[in-house]
Amino acid sequence: MIPLSWYLYLSAVLFAIGLYGVLARKNAIAILLGIELMLNAANINLVAFWRYGDPALMAGQVFAIIVFAVAAAEVAVGLSLVISIYRSRKTVVADELDLMKW
Amino acid sequence: MPDATQVMFFLSAALILVSAVLVVTVRNLIHAALWLIATLFGVAMLYVLLEAGFLAVVQVVVYIGAIAIMFIFAVMLTRRDLLSQSPQTNANWPVALGVSALALVGIAYIVRGFVFSLERTPAPLTGDTLQMLGEALTSPSLFVLPFEVASVLLLAALIGSVYLAWNKK
Repeated sequence: MIPLSWYLYLSAVLFAIGLYGVLARKNAIAILLGIELMLNAANINLVAFWRYGDPALMAGQVFAIIVFAVAAAEVAVGLSLVISIYRSRKTVVADELDLMKW
Repeated sequence: MPDATQVMFFLSAALILVSAVLVVTVRNLIHAALWLIATLFGVAMLYVLLEAGFLAVVQVVVYIGAIAIMFIFAVMLTRRDLLSQSPQTNANWPVALGVSALALVGIAYIVRGFVFSLERTPAPLTGDTLQMLGEALTSPSLFVLPFEVASVLLLAALIGSVYLAWNKK
């Protein structure tokens, strides 16, 4: 039998890896990849709490499905922003996108 | 001696962690997107272990089938040869490492002090959870409003991304 804490620690490590990816990577697409890892870490927690809490309450699974929808929307808008920026600035490096820097 | 579910947990945890580290460190972005697919598959294995079969299927179909493939398309549309020689991390990467290690320590500290009993065994599932999920998503007393809001959000994202990626010239 798997204790609930194993899922929580695993998702904490996955979240930290995703956070490192978001903060350290240069490429805007790689930053979005890190965000996907963090969203998956949150989803593991939601489903684990659903299973180890009261499985008759479906709130955990419903919330996980909402997270799927939000992740799909975020990736669609984020990647089209990246493609649009690439078309006008010929770069996807986040450091070089400093048009609005004071 | 670990039982079968624990062995499966360790296998999927090892797959998730190794491929997630490769996603954030590997140089070639196509490879990073392919390692993301491995990570997502490991998370789908965890959903199976948690007896959330529908979510495992949605994870494979939506995340791997749509989102990861869209990443690969975006990488291919924005390829720049210069990028494969220069370093892939910015100058602040040690700070990023420190911040994420701090976040990990903080979350682990909170989990350790949790009031929710961490060693409890899951209650046996009664009834069809897929049917219960469908009823929860469409019942007016439960989650029909968040469900509709999510569909409006997806429509807005569809229109917004078409508008943003549209070539105006």
